[in-house]
Amino acid sequence: MTLAPIRSLIHSFPRLIGKTSIPFVVAFSYLAIMLLVPTVAIFQKALTEEWSDIWRIATDSVAVSAYEVTFVTALVASLINGLFGTLLAWVLIRHDFPLRRVFDALIDIPFALPTAVAGLTLSTVYSPNGWIGGFFPDVKISFSRIGVGIAMIFISLPFVVRTVQPVLMDLEKEIEEAAACLGANRFQIFFRVIFPTILPAVLTGIALGFSRAVGEYGSTVIIASNLPYNDLIAPVLIIQRLEQYDYAGATVIGLVLLLFSFATLIAINFLQVWGRRYEE
Amino acid sequence: MKNRRWKFELWILNFIALSYLALVLIIPMANVFYQAFKDGLEGFWATFGDESFRSATLLTLAVAAIAIPLNTIFGLCAAWVLARHKFPGKAVVLSILDLPFSISPVVAGLMIVLLYGRLGWFGSWLEANNIRVVFAFPSIAIASAFVSLPFVAREVIPVLEELGKDQEEAARTLGANSWQTFWRVILPSIKWGLLYGVILTNARAMGEFGAVSVVSGNIAGDTQTLPLFVETAYKEYQTQTAYSASVALALLAIVTLVAKTVLTSTTKGVGRGH
Repeated sequence: MTLAPIRSLIHSFPRLIGKTSIPFVVAFSYLAIMLLVPTVAIFQKALTEEWSDIWRIATDSVAVSAYEVTFVTALVASLINGLFGTLLAWVLIRHDFPLRRVFDALIDIPFALPTAVAGLTLSTVYSPNGWIGGFFPDVKISFSRIGVGIAMIFISLPFVVRTVQPVLMDLEKEIEEAAACLGANRFQIFFRVIFPTILPAVLTGIALGFSRAVGEYGSTVIIASNLPYNDLIAPVLIIQRLEQYDYAGATVIGLVLLLFSFATLIAINFLQVWGRRYEE
Repeated sequence: MKNRRWKFELWILNFIALSYLALVLIIPMANVFYQAFKDGLEGFWATFGDESFRSATLLTLAVAAIAIPLNTIFGLCAAWVLARHKFPGKAVVLSILDLPFSISPVVAGLMIVLLYGRLGWFGSWLEANNIRVVFAFPSIAIASAFVSLPFVAREVIPVLEELGKDQEEAARTLGANSWQTFWRVILPSIKWGLLYGVILTNARAMGEFGAVSVVSGNIAGDTQTLPLFVETAYKEYQTQTAYSASVALALLAIVTLVAKTVLTSTTKGVGRGH
């Protein structure tokens, strides 16, 4: 009696699959299992707490200082990469020098090198008796917030270079030459011709790098001393909460980071649309 | 005169750019090899006899052996769906596909604990059936598959879009079924893009640290992957061991970069945007 609708559903199931084809089913079930269900789980888990508790955990003073360390350091790191990454992209495209292709390939190392190795070698190189840290005996780099910033610079370096490079490559030299013929000096050429064209790509690269740096754990946890109010970042705080079996604490802070990821994803999409505004 | 000044300024700009690259990237990378070999080869080789190093290497290979096929099958299906079809919400799906790149690996690990951990959604069912997921191999494999999920799809989509539908439709008209069309027409055209996606998946899955360290429990000889082994050795002041294992992982990165350079020059003109 009541089984009839279920039975007809079961009977129509093969037809449904037949209509939507195997790749559809595979792609969407995998996305659902790997991404959708876990995302729903983190929201559901966080929302089992009272609103007042969620607010209290999310704005706890250790958490707030961890957000500040994470977001401000990541922002500074990605802005530094915005500047030097753009310069690197320009140097690698417009100039020829020995080993240029090798340098170009090296840019991708942070994408391919496991972050634990990055953290290990950066903390050695920037320690007081390390190759680079030795030149700055009065500045504590490794095991401080500056070290966290260096690790974030390392892992987000390729983003700006790789988003700016194709745009610079498409930028025809004739436009620069035309500007020069019309009497523009080099600064005018840069700020009036090159800069406006590559700005969307630079901002996209900065946003991608920023988003990566905020979530980074492997390299930053190794180079930091992980002390609250000092150089403790939000991802490390999540792990510390989990180690204390404080699942509510870990989940709420995790949710804050997750919402941030959604926000940057949307921002990056807008930047890319803006970057293509003159196409076609 | 003006020309000479410009040349000098160019030289300064090159110098600044490459110094930055050296400080951030080249010197740290060189340091990995220096630290591993500075006391000669004996110290380096000693690590390879270490029992927990061997089991970490095996575990890392096993994880890749699960994550790569899963993400390759998914990536091919998703790329075909997204490159060949229009459906409502496609732009959203394309954005969602990139989520594993922007979600913190720690949050990814946390999600897995919230689903499969003792107090998670499926926790009691898994416990009743005596299946261990968290602090065991399955969760490490899931975490590694999560963080490397988009690579194959992301590499194959532009190649499929560039390729167009014509050949597929011709094959269909000539009577090929879906399977034949895939093996004989689509696969040969996308093989380099696919291979590059697989190599990136492999590098990311083998090297993942954050997500794995949340879910694995880091038990030496059991649930310790190679990146976790590096961190543990470093924390225990076995710097030589940490750097020897790092050399293995750095070589993985170098192989990945060489493969990228070779594959992007092979596929130039087949529509990679480089």
